[in-house]
Amino acid sequence: MEEREKGTSSLVMIRTLAGISALSGLLIVVAVQATTPTIKLNKAEMLKKSVFEVLPGISSFQTFKLEDDRLILLQGEDEKAVKLFIGYDQDHALKGIAVEASGQGFADVIRVLYGYDPSKQAVIAMKVLESKETPGLGDKIYTDANFAENFKALDVKLDSSHTHLANPIEVVKHGEKQNPWQIDAITGATISSKAVGKLLNQSAQEKLPIIVKNMDTLQGGGR
Amino acid sequence: MNEPIYSASAKHENFDCLVRGLWKENPVLVSLLGCCPTLAVSNSVINAVSMGLATTFVLICSSALISMLRRFIPKEVRIGTFIVIIATFVTVADYLIQAISLEIHKALGAFLALIVVNCIILGRAEAFASKNTIAKSILDAIGSGIGFTLAIVCMGTIREILGNGSFAGIDLFGPSFEPWVIMILPCGGFFIFGTLMLGANIVNTRQRAKAKLGA
Repeated sequence: MEEREKGTSSLVMIRTLAGISALSGLLIVVAVQATTPTIKLNKAEMLKKSVFEVLPGISSFQTFKLEDDRLILLQGEDEKAVKLFIGYDQDHALKGIAVEASGQGFADVIRVLYGYDPSKQAVIAMKVLESKETPGLGDKIYTDANFAENFKALDVKLDSSHTHLANPIEVVKHGEKQNPWQIDAITGATISSKAVGKLLNQSAQEKLPIIVKNMDTLQGGGR
Repeated sequence: MNEPIYSASAKHENFDCLVRGLWKENPVLVSLLGCCPTLAVSNSVINAVSMGLATTFVLICSSALISMLRRFIPKEVRIGTFIVIIATFVTVADYLIQAISLEIHKALGAFLALIVVNCIILGRAEAFASKNTIAKSILDAIGSGIGFTLAIVCMGTIREILGNGSFAGIDLFGPSFEPWVIMILPCGGFFIFGTLMLGANIVNTRQRAKAKLGA
């Protein structure tokens, strides 16, 4: 009997844990509600900055949304739309297209923005927007300068039917890159490197044929 | 008989709660807690300051709440409860940092979420906040938090100056400086950490010897 009296009853333990969990939930909800508008603004600002980074030399850009296989100039906000950012130089000539792509990495989803130059038919820059890859290893996909070199002239020519890439983007072992459509993997971060290659290939296979098909619409800046 | 204990030495005790974490019981240099973020995020001053402040924020909030609820938490479920409380404040800190700067959030990466398992926080919750008043717990958390921040910023400063030739992103030596890249890499972190611990140990040993002689 004495033993029982000394111990805490199950009910008290459950009550405490439930109470603490409810309090935690409340605190988190308040934090999310309070910070979401600012985080959205920050993300939009970062995306805008990144478009200028992956399309060097542009002076302005316009946002188009992808609908079936057409590109339509986006007026206002549309969170759910698949967006493409078309960069123009000072004379309103099309310089390049920034495309967002995402795919599963080692830790979580990796989100990147890459710049496509239609005149070179190549990817000219890539920036990682979001990643939770292992610090010191997988995070080299955005800290390693050698890895970034892969995306300065990554060949993404379309085949004669204009429906697929002539050569799918592939990731090869470090030091074995021979063709312009290959990505030299990072030693020790093969999974993250492959994830980037895979998501770029998927996005390029899907979006580039549509971009090429709609080039006339894009040339005029949607006007 | 009981009354003079608190009234006479309360001020001194509170002050002691605040300052002992700074040096005498510095969580990083003396207790060797929280080494993982100390080594990983101290490669630049900005990252170190952000990590230090985020950890301090979580430490203060969780210590205050745990101390507030200490009478209601049965000892059988205390560790689970502490972890839930700490994880809550880490999530709140995560959102706050995203709102302040996405760049810093990206730089801190996975280490932000790992504050949950930082031994300094659970250690202070178990050893101090669960047994002391709210005021004392907050003072203790501030002291430990600042102690952690000082240690990590100290490492960040040395590593960034030597490894990148800059302080908080401001270039110090111009283009002629050849940075010691090794200082930014993990081995540089271990080297600086070891050196700082050696320094802290020498100072503390001398102080103890002096105190003994004095006594």
